[in-house]
Amino acid sequence: MTTIVTDNCKNCRFTDCVTVCPVACFHYDDEMLYIDPDTCIDCSACIPECPVQAIFEGDDIPEDQEHWVEINAEKSAALPVCEEQMEPLPGAEERKAALGF
Amino acid sequence: MANLGTQENPLLVAIVGSGPSGFYAAEALIKSDINVKVDVLERLPSPYGLVRSGVAPDHQKLKQVIALYQKTAESPDFNLIANVNVGTDISIEELCQSHHAVIITSGAETDRKLGVPGEDLNGSYTATEFVGWYNGHPDYRNREFDLSHDVAVIIGQGNVAADVSRILSKTVDELKHTDIAQHALDVLAESKIKEIHVIGRRGPAQAKFTPKELREFGELADCNSVVRAEDLILNPESETELQEKSNIASKKIYDQFCEFSKREIDIGKSKNCFFQFLMGPKELIGSTKLEKIILEKNQLSGEAFKQSARGTEETIELEAGILFRSIGYRGVPIANIPFNDSWGTIPNEKGRITDNNGSNIPQLYTAGWIKRGPSGIIGTNRACSVETVECLLEDIAKLDSETNKAGAKAIYTILDRKNIRHICYDDWKKIDKKEIERGKLKGKPREKYTYIDEMLSELK
Ligand SMILES: Cc1cc2nc3c(=O)[nH]c(=O)nc-3n(C[C@H](O)[C@H](O)[C@H](O)COP(=O)(O)OP(=O)(O)OC[C@H]3O[C@@H](n4cnc5c(N)ncnc54)[C@H](O)[C@@H]3O)c2cc1C
Ligand SMILES: NC(=O)c1ccc[n+]([C@@H]2O[C@H](COP(=O)([O-])OP(=O)(O)OC[C@H]3O[C@@H](n4cnc5c(N)ncnc54)[C@H](OP(=O)(O)O)[C@@H]3O)[C@@H](O)[C@H]2O)c1
Ligand code: SF4
Ligand code: SF4
Repeated sequence: MTTIVTDNCKNCRFTDCVTVCPVACFHYDDEMLYIDPDTCIDCSACIPECPVQAIFEGDDIPEDQEHWVEINAEKSAALPVCEEQMEPLPGAEERKAALGF
Repeated sequence: MANLGTQENPLLVAIVGSGPSGFYAAEALIKSDINVKVDVLERLPSPYGLVRSGVAPDHQKLKQVIALYQKTAESPDFNLIANVNVGTDISIEELCQSHHAVIITSGAETDRKLGVPGEDLNGSYTATEFVGWYNGHPDYRNREFDLSHDVAVIIGQGNVAADVSRILSKTVDELKHTDIAQHALDVLAESKIKEIHVIGRRGPAQAKFTPKELREFGELADCNSVVRAEDLILNPESETELQEKSNIASKKIYDQFCEFSKREIDIGKSKNCFFQFLMGPKELIGSTKLEKIILEKNQLSGEAFKQSARGTEETIELEAGILFRSIGYRGVPIANIPFNDSWGTIPNEKGRITDNNGSNIPQLYTAGWIKRGPSGIIGTNRACSVETVECLLEDIAKLDSETNKAGAKAIYTILDRKNIRHICYDDWKKIDKKEIERGKLKGKPREKYTYIDEMLSELK
């Protein structure tokens, strides 16, 4: 079982997910967030918080998003932890609207 | 006088309850840029609240959250004072004397009642006591559950109802390598239950399970999950609810029910778990013990997302010897702290405890289930405790900056005077180690001590 961040988070990074993560396992770069699979306890708390439905867990990961499992593992290992809510990236609201949310 | 929160005059905070919200509050205080000393009081010898005594034994991965709490506990600014009940062993007034601020994070330890005749019959149990029992909570150690009937009914369709139903549906083999208490495993091994009915008062579009929890019912070794296709017909308002993009969790739940309804019943499996909707118990009947349940069929009324269940007067009878109500937890009042009896919570504004007139009471704060009510998962309490700690730190100038507050020392003096045995985090670590050793022998992550005396005697 793994929980991952996917495409929709790109250029949006609302970080609502971060505030409810019980183990602080989100990591970030300039574009989006990634989940560290070794720390994540698969509690699903972050999933309903994401306004653009970017987060999926285990058996629920759509087939066309499965490559994100590896990306989350790799990226999170090298990036800093995001423990607190950050400002959304500029244009986040527009991106959210464009995604239909 | 040195300002409060400096090295010479650290902010002294007492936290009541060592569940997730207590630990997240302690963490937020310790990580803040002021000097603090945090004393966490816990009524049991064991910390971690419902992570230890609520989270299901077959969900071990979630319990890894404890590693983070252990990190907090190792901080030199953290101190655990366990086996002490605030309100009886020591009063809130005494904590307000010894500390600058008190945060109450005592959770929701009791349960809501159905309010129907027969509710207190033998055989009618609460999810709260059953969960406490299988998780080895000392309060419920000696409860007896008679599982010698064919039919068990669970009222409610939240995640706790899912936990209870799943534990009843699983085989001993599926449970024996978890940290389930041995006394519970022994009773479950003798269970005669063949049918489990999980009954919701509203429809399949309003069930409160989370998708992952419901999906697990499709993977049970010896139990079919059954939904009747005709029960999945939706009214227009429920259709609207499921079409709403943000309501994706309910859509997934509904799709899972549809998937169950299409499955052939595997007659090789010895148990069946039926999910049923739009029904509620009207009366529980039995001479000395529960024998049957009168269920009233419900109808939904109201607009989409605000639909409530209403009885139709049409009833059906279900013969059942066991019923668990799983319709929500409820907070317990603490002496001399305001309490909202209808919600079972402490009245507060963003975590600042308020009196009957809505004014803030100095020094008193709250977080977690006792602040918000009994909903939300472990992580929800993190944001909740952070909010409370932010308020506390904003108020720091208003808090009494007396330097001669004695903190933990004053608490120990009071407890010792009353001859109350209290234990610290290092003591708990010894008990913890013993539990893990005991578990190893059986291939379990731990074998819990289920009597307080047993835990304390390990420390001699
Ligand atoms: C059956 C069940 C299963 C759950 N499973 C999951 C799950 O799988 N995943 C998930 O994310 N969430 C789960 N949850 C939710 C999660 O457990 C809660 O969100 C969380 O525990 C609430 O934290 P809390 O600190 O407010 O309360 P609690 O965890 O209840 O902690 C309160 C603490 O205060 C102590 N206390 C109470 N009164 C006093 C007093 N007077 N003096 C001193 N100490 C006192 C109690 O002993 C306890 O240790 C579950 C909840 C239940 C009921
Ligand atoms: N694995 C996990 O992540 C996990 C496990 C356990 C618990 N938890 C969390 O802990 C919290 C508490 O869970 P919970 O299951 O106790 O509460 P819950 O999710 O609020 O579910 C309560 C259920 O009881 C029903 N109910 C309430 N009053 C009723 C009444 N008078 N008659 C009949 N039915 C009634 C509700 O129906 P209505 O919808 O009609 O009100 C609902 O189906 C939740 O946030 C839950 O997600 C999480
Ligand atoms: S809430 Fe969603 S969009 Fe925002 S940072 Fe988290 S995953 Fe990305
Ligand atoms: S599933 Fe839970 S632990 Fe994992 S990233 Fe989401 S909130 Fe954090």
